Amino acid sequence: MSHSQKTKVTNIIIFIVLAIGAIVMIAPLLWMLSTSVKEKQDVFALPPVWIPEVFQFGKYKEIWEAGPLLSGIKNSVIVAVSVTVVGTFTSSVAAFAFAKLRFPHKNKLFLALIASMMIPYPTVMIPQFMMFSKLGWVDTLLPLIVPGLFGNVVMIFFLRQYLLSVPDAIIEAAKIDGSSYFRLYSSITFPLIKPAVAAQLILWFMGIWNDYLAPIIYLNSPETQTLQLVIANFNATYAIQTDYPLIMAASIIALLPVLIIFLIFQKQIIESVAISGVKG
Amino acid sequence: MITKSNLYRKEKVYGYLFILPPILGLLIFTLFPFVYSLYGSFTDWDGLGQMNFIGLDNFKDLFSDELFYKSMYNTLFLMLGIPIGLVLALLLALGLNRKIPGTTTFRVIYYIPVISSLAAVSIMWNWAYNGDYGLVNQFLEIFGIKGPNWLMDKDTVKPALILMTVWKGLGYTMLLYLAALQSVSRSYYEAAELDGASGFQMFRNITWPMVKPVTFFLVVTNIIGGSQIFTEMNIMTPTGGPEYSSASIVFYIWDKAFKNLQMGYASAMAMILGIFIFIVTLIQFKMNEKSSFDGD
Repeated sequence: MSHSQKTKVTNIIIFIVLAIGAIVMIAPLLWMLSTSVKEKQDVFALPPVWIPEVFQFGKYKEIWEAGPLLSGIKNSVIVAVSVTVVGTFTSSVAAFAFAKLRFPHKNKLFLALIASMMIPYPTVMIPQFMMFSKLGWVDTLLPLIVPGLFGNVVMIFFLRQYLLSVPDAIIEAAKIDGSSYFRLYSSITFPLIKPAVAAQLILWFMGIWNDYLAPIIYLNSPETQTLQLVIANFNATYAIQTDYPLIMAASIIALLPVLIIFLIFQKQIIESVAISGVKG
Repeated sequence: MITKSNLYRKEKVYGYLFILPPILGLLIFTLFPFVYSLYGSFTDWDGLGQMNFIGLDNFKDLFSDELFYKSMYNTLFLMLGIPIGLVLALLLALGLNRKIPGTTTFRVIYYIPVISSLAAVSIMWNWAYNGDYGLVNQFLEIFGIKGPNWLMDKDTVKPALILMTVWKGLGYTMLLYLAALQSVSRSYYEAAELDGASGFQMFRNITWPMVKPVTFFLVVTNIIGGSQIFTEMNIMTPTGGPEYSSASIVFYIWDKAFKNLQMGYASAMAMILGIFIFIVTLIQFKMNEKSSFDGD
């Protein structure tokens, strides 16, 4: 066999291995989807039924009445949108200042922020809980929203790196022209870093949407719970009745928003993750 | 007229103004709670009454607390998934780095579990591990193997969780490896090929050294992430599993703090977790310094 033929054969074998791997990776999620449209007897059928004879979409109707799914979605949207919109603003303004403005102790303060990433959430969650409970904020969305409004260190770090590659001359020139500092940020640097901001915002949104630990600490009553808690409760309640199609339908609903965002922005997301990881 | 010193003074004011929110956030939501937690770990804090200073009692109690050891052990055991994930991901990335069709599609498919809600996939795996009807056992049946009731048996619950965490994180690891591989210049391989190097030699002498920084980064971040594992057990084994054999350290902290209201005791555990993560991060910093001095 010639060299190029050998490469071709190797590539075919690798393609097959990757394809089998991909099927294994996606199978549990497809099974989740298929279970959600199955009739009860198909759910427990042996051997497993992957494509049910009759598609039962009834569970997708039932879930809205079976629990506070709609309010779960609403709460998750409120938390994720308010935090990412305001937090992205505060983070990008801070990143701009750290990268492009001169003031004393700048680098020390930046280092302090970076160092704070070393403190994991479980070590601060108990005092945070007591703090918010003193304020009477337990069982409201505020403990999930307020800390995020102050910005996100990862995002600041990432945007600052990005801004360092923007030449200072542009900003200096605008400064001499008497442009205000906020305008420097909003009309000069922000447009330049928009793609990086968008990628970071999406990643942050996904993180908040999928968060579970903080919501389970703060939210007790069904009407304040975020979507992740609502579906976890579905699981706890309906697993006893072995109503798996219902549980799976609710879980699909919880997955869908991020899955759609991911499929639309997959290129930017994958790039952003790759850059931040390899440089980290 | 704008003078230079005037300009600078203004810049200083705006600089501080712009970084004020994250700095305030750091003080209010990280630094203050951290110090409070540190103090709390030396008290009998129950979250309701007074906090009485009791010195090192919490820490002493921890070292004779069987469940503490168990949850520590469980957390470390689950980290066996890290090397498994790294090896699989590197192999996949090597495959994806070749000129084959559909690489973008593969990347997307492998990455989907990463972005999926952990709560939702925990629910799904909970069902997949069902002893009678679960997907995993139905799959094993093809090979004539009768699978156990994974989450109900103390010997299988941890391997089951490892399999799930590997599945969840594989796409991320693979992606970072792929990015690292793509930054390796082709000319190294071409030169090695001319010298008659075998595929394995090329891997050992070119690929492996080039992806070493990424491997190190992944090991460290995976250890930090793995030491905080919580959602999986909270959903799949809400009582901590058979004989508490799937409870992680954060699960135990959460249990003690918010179910038993032993805030002081839980804070002491959180401090130990914090110290562990601090040490791991410190090693990362030291290694980074070293590698930048190596000058490669």
